[in-house]
Amino acid sequence: MSVNVLVVDDSKLARINAGKALRTLKPEWNKVEAGSAAEAIEILGHETIDVALIDFNMADRDGLSLAAELRQLHPAMPIAIITANIQDEIIARAREINASFVAKPLTAEGLQGFLSGAALRLRSAG
Amino acid sequence: MSDGHGIELTELEKDALTEVVNIGVSRAAISLRKMIGEHVLLSVPSLEVLGRERAAALLVQQGGDQLVAVKQSFSGAFSGGALLIFPQARSLELARAVTGPEMTNDEVVEIEQEALAETGNVILNNCLATMANMLKRPLTMSIPHIVKGDGTNLLAQAGDDQDDGDAGLVLFLYISFSVRERDLQGYIAMMMNMSSLLALKELLGAFIAETMAEDF
Repeated sequence: MSVNVLVVDDSKLARINAGKALRTLKPEWNKVEAGSAAEAIEILGHETIDVALIDFNMADRDGLSLAAELRQLHPAMPIAIITANIQDEIIARAREINASFVAKPLTAEGLQGFLSGAALRLRSAG
Repeated sequence: MSDGHGIELTELEKDALTEVVNIGVSRAAISLRKMIGEHVLLSVPSLEVLGRERAAALLVQQGGDQLVAVKQSFSGAFSGGALLIFPQARSLELARAVTGPEMTNDEVVEIEQEALAETGNVILNNCLATMANMLKRPLTMSIPHIVKGDGTNLLAQAGDDQDDGDAGLVLFLYISFSVRERDLQGYIAMMMNMSSLLALKELLGAFIAETMAEDF
Protein backbone atom coordinates (compact mmCIF):
# COMPACT_ATOMS: atom_id res chain seq x y z
CA MET A 1 0.00 0.00 0.00
CA SER A 2 1.41 3.38 -0.90
CA VAL A 3 1.16 6.02 1.81
CA ASN A 4 0.23 9.63 1.05
CA VAL A 5 1.60 12.27 3.43
CA LEU A 6 0.01 15.72 3.34
CA VAL A 7 2.45 18.52 4.26
CA VAL A 8 0.63 21.77 5.10
CA ASP A 9 2.88 24.82 5.55
CA ASP A 10 2.70 28.34 4.13
CA SER A 11 6.49 28.44 3.87
CA LYS A 12 8.09 26.81 0.86
CA LEU A 13 11.36 26.40 2.76
CA ALA A 14 9.55 24.51 5.51
CA ARG A 15 7.87 22.25 2.93
CA ILE A 16 11.27 21.54 1.37
CA ASN A 17 12.64 20.62 4.81
CA ALA A 18 9.70 18.36 5.51
CA GLY A 19 10.27 16.70 2.13
CA LYS A 20 13.94 16.08 2.96
CA ALA A 21 13.11 14.50 6.31
CA LEU A 22 10.39 12.34 4.72
CA ARG A 23 12.71 11.15 1.95
CA THR A 24 15.31 10.14 4.53
CA LEU A 25 12.89 8.21 6.71
CA LYS A 26 10.22 6.90 4.35
CA PRO A 27 11.51 7.17 0.78
CA GLU A 28 8.63 5.01 -0.48
CA TRP A 29 5.91 7.36 0.84
CA ASN A 30 4.40 10.08 -1.38
CA LYS A 31 4.43 13.72 -0.36
CA VAL A 32 1.46 15.97 -1.19
CA GLU A 33 2.00 19.69 -0.49
CA ALA A 34 -0.48 22.36 0.53
CA GLY A 35 0.47 26.04 1.08
CA SER A 36 -2.56 26.85 3.23
CA ALA A 37 -5.35 25.27 5.27
CA ALA A 38 -7.82 26.00 2.45
CA GLU A 39 -5.63 24.23 -0.08
CA ALA A 40 -5.31 21.28 2.30
CA ILE A 41 -9.10 20.97 2.59
CA GLU A 42 -9.38 21.08 -1.19
CA ILE A 43 -6.79 18.31 -1.59
CA LEU A 44 -8.54 16.18 1.03
CA GLY A 45 -11.68 16.40 -1.08
CA HIS A 46 -10.18 14.52 -4.00
CA GLU A 47 -7.18 12.59 -2.69
CA THR A 48 -6.73 9.85 -0.16
CA ILE A 49 -4.44 11.14 2.58
CA ASP A 50 -3.02 8.77 5.18
CA VAL A 51 -0.80 11.00 7.32
CA ALA A 52 -0.78 14.79 7.87
CA LEU A 53 2.05 17.13 8.92
CA ILE A 54 0.57 20.55 9.69
CA ASP A 55 2.33 23.83 10.47
CA PHE A 56 0.73 25.79 13.32
CA ASN A 57 1.50 29.41 12.42
CA MET A 58 -0.25 30.09 9.09
CA ALA A 59 -1.83 33.28 7.81
CA ASP A 60 -5.39 32.35 6.84
CA ARG A 61 -6.15 29.73 9.45
CA ASP A 62 -3.93 28.15 12.08
CA GLY A 63 -2.86 24.53 11.92
CA LEU A 64 -4.59 23.42 15.11
CA SER A 65 -7.95 24.47 13.75
CA LEU A 66 -7.26 22.60 10.51
CA ALA A 67 -6.10 19.56 12.47
CA ALA A 68 -9.28 19.59 14.57
CA GLU A 69 -11.40 19.54 11.42
CA LEU A 70 -9.27 16.77 9.98
CA ARG A 71 -9.59 14.77 13.19
CA GLN A 72 -13.41 14.86 12.93
CA LEU A 73 -13.30 13.60 9.36
CA HIS A 74 -10.60 11.01 10.02
CA PRO A 75 -10.64 9.84 13.65
CA ALA A 76 -7.67 7.49 13.21
CA MET A 77 -5.40 9.50 10.89
CA PRO A 78 -1.90 10.12 12.29
CA ILE A 79 -1.60 13.92 12.49
CA ALA A 80 1.41 15.95 13.67
CA ILE A 81 1.47 19.66 14.46
CA ILE A 82 4.84 21.07 13.37
CA THR A 83 5.84 24.33 15.00
CA ALA A 84 8.61 26.37 16.59
CA ASN A 85 5.96 27.70 18.96
CA ILE A 86 6.82 25.29 21.75
CA GLN A 87 4.47 26.81 24.33
CA ASP A 88 2.87 24.42 26.79
CA GLU A 89 -0.60 25.59 25.67
CA ILE A 90 0.04 24.70 22.03
CA ILE A 91 1.34 21.25 22.98
CA ALA A 92 -1.70 20.70 25.23
CA ARG A 93 -4.10 21.76 22.46
CA ALA A 94 -2.42 19.34 20.04
CA ARG A 95 -2.86 16.53 22.57
CA GLU A 96 -6.53 17.38 23.04
CA ILE A 97 -7.23 16.55 19.42
CA ASN A 98 -5.00 13.50 19.54
CA ALA A 99 -2.31 15.04 17.35
CA SER A 100 1.42 14.65 17.91
CA PHE A 101 3.71 17.60 18.42
CA VAL A 102 6.97 17.91 16.47
CA ALA A 103 9.28 20.92 16.92
CA LYS A 104 10.59 23.10 14.11
CA PRO A 105 13.10 23.20 12.53
CA LEU A 106 11.99 19.84 11.26
CA THR A 107 14.73 17.21 11.08
CA ALA A 108 14.63 13.51 10.24
CA GLU A 109 15.61 12.84 13.84
CA GLY A 110 12.72 14.89 15.19
CA LEU A 111 10.17 13.36 12.84
CA GLN A 112 11.27 9.77 13.29
CA GLY A 113 9.17 8.94 16.34
CA PHE A 114 5.98 10.27 14.82
CA LEU A 115 6.50 8.53 11.46
CA SER A 116 7.34 5.17 13.04
CA GLY A 117 4.19 5.39 15.14
CA ALA A 118 2.17 6.40 12.09
CA ALA A 119 3.53 3.47 10.05
CA LEU A 120 2.57 1.11 12.84
CA ARG A 121 -0.95 2.51 13.10
CA LEU A 122 -1.45 2.31 9.34
CA ARG A 123 -0.24 -1.27 9.20
CA SER A 124 -2.50 -2.42 12.03
CA ALA A 125 -5.48 -0.56 10.53
CA GLY A 126 -4.92 -1.72 6.96
CA MET B 1 18.05 54.06 32.73
CA SER B 2 14.41 55.12 33.19
CA ASP B 3 13.54 58.77 32.65
CA GLY B 4 11.57 58.91 35.84
CA HIS B 5 8.43 57.30 34.51
CA GLY B 6 8.09 55.31 37.68
CA ILE B 7 8.51 51.82 36.27
CA GLU B 8 11.88 50.45 36.98
CA LEU B 9 13.11 46.93 37.28
CA THR B 10 15.08 46.06 40.40
CA GLU B 11 18.50 44.47 39.99
CA LEU B 12 17.02 41.07 40.81
CA GLU B 13 14.22 41.54 38.26
CA LYS B 14 16.74 42.56 35.61
CA ASP B 15 18.75 39.51 36.50
CA ALA B 16 15.70 37.26 36.17
CA LEU B 17 14.68 38.83 32.86
CA THR B 18 18.22 38.39 31.49
CA GLU B 19 18.06 34.75 32.55
CA VAL B 20 14.66 34.17 30.89
CA VAL B 21 15.81 35.89 27.70
CA ASN B 22 19.08 33.96 27.75
CA ILE B 23 17.29 30.63 27.89
CA GLY B 24 14.84 31.70 25.16
CA VAL B 25 17.63 32.87 22.89
CA SER B 26 19.71 29.78 23.56
CA ARG B 27 16.80 27.63 22.45
CA ALA B 28 16.55 29.80 19.33
CA ALA B 29 20.29 29.42 18.69
CA ILE B 30 19.98 25.63 18.87
CA SER B 31 17.32 25.86 16.16
CA LEU B 32 19.48 28.10 13.98
CA ARG B 33 22.35 25.70 14.43
CA LYS B 34 20.12 22.86 13.23
CA MET B 35 19.04 24.90 10.21
CA ILE B 36 22.52 25.88 9.02
CA GLY B 37 24.69 23.18 10.56
CA GLU B 38 27.25 25.58 12.05
CA HIS B 39 28.04 26.77 15.53
CA VAL B 40 26.14 29.90 16.58
CA LEU B 41 27.72 32.30 19.09
CA LEU B 42 25.53 34.46 21.32
CA SER B 43 26.21 37.65 23.24
CA VAL B 44 24.87 38.35 26.71
CA PRO B 45 21.45 40.05 26.38
CA SER B 46 21.42 43.74 27.13
CA LEU B 47 18.25 45.36 28.36
CA GLU B 48 17.46 49.01 28.71
CA VAL B 49 14.53 51.34 29.08
CA LEU B 50 15.02 54.06 26.51
CA GLY B 51 13.33 56.15 23.81
CA ARG B 52 12.57 54.66 20.41
CA GLU B 53 15.09 56.97 18.69
CA ARG B 54 17.91 55.78 20.93
CA ALA B 55 16.94 52.17 20.35
CA ALA B 56 16.98 52.80 16.60
CA ALA B 57 20.38 54.48 16.86
CA LEU B 58 21.69 51.46 18.77
CA LEU B 59 20.67 49.14 15.94
CA VAL B 60 22.39 51.30 13.35
CA GLN B 61 25.49 51.55 15.49
CA GLN B 62 25.71 47.75 15.63
CA GLY B 63 24.54 46.75 12.18
CA GLY B 64 24.70 49.73 9.83
CA ASP B 65 21.77 51.51 8.20
CA GLN B 66 20.95 48.94 5.51
CA LEU B 67 19.14 46.36 7.56
CA VAL B 68 16.62 43.65 6.90
CA ALA B 69 14.48 42.18 9.65
CA VAL B 70 11.91 39.50 10.17
CA LYS B 71 9.34 40.98 12.51
CA GLN B 72 6.73 39.27 14.60
CA SER B 73 4.45 40.95 17.07
CA PHE B 74 3.36 39.13 20.19
CA SER B 75 0.51 39.75 22.58
CA GLY B 76 -0.70 38.36 25.87
CA ALA B 77 0.10 39.36 29.44
CA PHE B 78 2.78 41.51 27.85
CA SER B 79 2.90 42.64 24.23
CA GLY B 80 5.43 44.00 21.82
CA GLY B 81 7.52 43.29 18.78
CA ALA B 82 10.36 40.86 18.21
CA LEU B 83 12.85 41.18 15.38
CA LEU B 84 15.55 39.06 13.83
CA ILE B 85 17.86 41.58 12.18
CA PHE B 86 20.65 41.25 9.60
CA PRO B 87 22.67 43.59 7.45
CA GLN B 88 20.95 43.53 4.02
CA ALA B 89 24.23 42.61 2.37
CA ARG B 90 24.29 39.29 4.23
CA SER B 91 20.69 38.21 3.84
CA LEU B 92 21.34 36.14 0.72
CA GLU B 93 24.13 34.32 2.56
CA LEU B 94 21.72 33.49 5.36
CA ALA B 95 19.17 32.21 2.84
CA ARG B 96 21.90 30.10 1.25
CA ALA B 97 22.87 28.70 4.65
CA VAL B 98 19.35 27.58 5.53
CA THR B 99 18.42 26.21 2.09
CA GLY B 100 21.43 23.91 1.87
CA PRO B 101 24.08 23.21 -0.74
CA GLU B 102 21.84 21.42 -3.25
CA MET B 103 20.11 24.61 -4.40
CA THR B 104 21.45 26.70 -7.29
CA ASN B 105 22.15 30.41 -6.91
CA ASP B 106 19.03 31.35 -8.86
CA GLU B 107 16.89 29.09 -6.72
CA VAL B 108 18.28 30.66 -3.55
CA VAL B 109 17.59 34.17 -4.89
CA GLU B 110 14.05 33.12 -5.72
CA ILE B 111 13.35 31.70 -2.29
CA GLU B 112 15.34 34.31 -0.31
CA GLN B 113 12.40 36.24 1.18
CA GLU B 114 10.54 33.11 2.18
CA ALA B 115 13.65 31.53 3.62
CA LEU B 116 14.26 34.63 5.76
CA ALA B 117 10.65 34.75 6.92
CA GLU B 118 10.64 31.09 7.92
CA THR B 119 14.03 31.38 9.64
CA GLY B 120 12.72 34.36 11.60
CA ASN B 121 9.54 32.46 12.39
CA VAL B 122 11.45 29.55 13.88
CA ILE B 123 13.97 31.66 15.80
CA LEU B 124 11.54 34.21 17.22
CA ASN B 125 8.84 31.64 18.03
CA ASN B 126 11.35 29.46 19.87
CA CYS B 127 12.61 32.39 21.85
CA LEU B 128 9.20 33.88 22.72
CA ALA B 129 7.56 30.52 23.42
CA THR B 130 10.35 29.56 25.83
CA MET B 131 9.96 32.89 27.63
CA ALA B 132 6.17 32.39 27.80
CA ASN B 133 6.61 28.92 29.25
CA MET B 134 9.02 30.16 31.89
CA LEU B 135 6.80 33.07 32.87
CA LYS B 136 3.71 30.85 32.69
CA ARG B 137 1.61 33.14 30.52
CA PRO B 138 0.59 32.27 26.96
CA LEU B 139 1.62 34.60 24.13
CA THR B 140 0.02 34.85 20.72
CA MET B 141 2.48 35.36 17.87
CA SER B 142 1.69 37.03 14.55
CA ILE B 143 2.73 35.78 11.12
CA PRO B 144 6.31 36.93 10.29
CA HIS B 145 6.83 39.98 8.07
CA ILE B 146 9.97 41.19 6.34
CA VAL B 147 10.91 44.83 6.88
CA LYS B 148 13.84 46.72 5.40
CA GLY B 149 15.58 49.99 6.15
CA ASP B 150 17.56 51.63 8.92
CA GLY B 151 16.95 51.19 12.65
CA THR B 152 14.18 53.82 12.71
CA ASN B 153 12.29 52.07 9.91
CA LEU B 154 12.50 48.70 11.60
CA LEU B 155 11.45 49.86 15.04
CA ALA B 156 8.67 52.11 13.76
CA GLN B 157 7.25 49.13 11.96
CA ALA B 158 7.80 46.92 14.97
CA GLY B 159 5.78 49.17 17.22
CA ASP B 160 3.01 50.22 14.86
CA ASP B 161 0.37 48.12 16.56
CA GLN B 162 0.92 49.48 20.05
CA ASP B 163 -0.49 52.33 22.02
CA ASP B 164 1.96 55.14 22.37
CA GLY B 165 0.80 56.67 25.60
CA ASP B 166 4.21 56.30 27.18
CA ALA B 167 6.11 59.10 25.48
CA GLY B 168 7.85 56.60 23.24
CA LEU B 169 9.71 54.87 26.03
CA VAL B 170 10.30 51.17 25.49
CA LEU B 171 11.97 48.24 27.15
CA PHE B 172 14.57 47.27 24.61
CA LEU B 173 16.22 43.83 24.69
CA TYR B 174 19.08 43.15 22.41
CA ILE B 175 21.24 40.10 21.71
CA SER B 176 23.79 39.70 18.95
CA PHE B 177 24.76 36.39 17.43
CA SER B 178 27.28 35.29 14.86
CA VAL B 179 28.18 32.31 12.74
CA ARG B 180 31.92 32.55 12.18
CA GLU B 181 32.18 29.90 9.47
CA ARG B 182 29.81 31.89 7.30
CA ASP B 183 30.75 35.40 8.34
CA LEU B 184 27.14 35.98 9.40
CA GLN B 185 26.14 38.39 12.12
CA GLY B 186 22.71 39.27 13.30
CA TYR B 187 20.67 40.50 16.18
CA ILE B 188 17.55 39.51 18.01
CA ALA B 189 15.73 42.52 19.41
CA MET B 190 12.57 42.77 21.44
CA MET B 191 10.64 45.87 22.25
CA MET B 192 7.83 46.34 24.75
CA ASN B 193 5.95 49.44 25.81
CA MET B 194 5.67 50.65 29.38
CA SER B 195 2.33 49.03 30.22
CA SER B 196 3.84 45.69 29.20
CA LEU B 197 6.85 46.40 31.37
CA LEU B 198 4.51 46.70 34.36
CA ALA B 199 2.93 43.31 33.60
CA LEU B 200 6.35 41.81 33.00
CA LYS B 201 7.59 43.14 36.34
CA GLU B 202 4.80 41.24 38.09
CA LEU B 203 5.52 37.99 36.24
CA LEU B 204 9.21 38.32 36.99
CA GLY B 205 8.29 38.72 40.65
CA ALA B 206 6.39 35.43 40.55
CA PHE B 207 9.25 33.76 38.66
CA ILE B 208 11.77 34.95 41.26
CA ALA B 209 9.55 33.84 44.16
CA GLU B 210 9.19 30.39 42.65
CA THR B 211 12.92 30.09 42.01
CA MET B 212 13.63 31.05 45.61
CA ALA B 213 11.02 28.57 46.89
CA GLU B 214 12.64 25.75 44.95
CA ASP B 215 15.93 26.58 46.56
CA PHE B 216 14.86 26.02 50.14
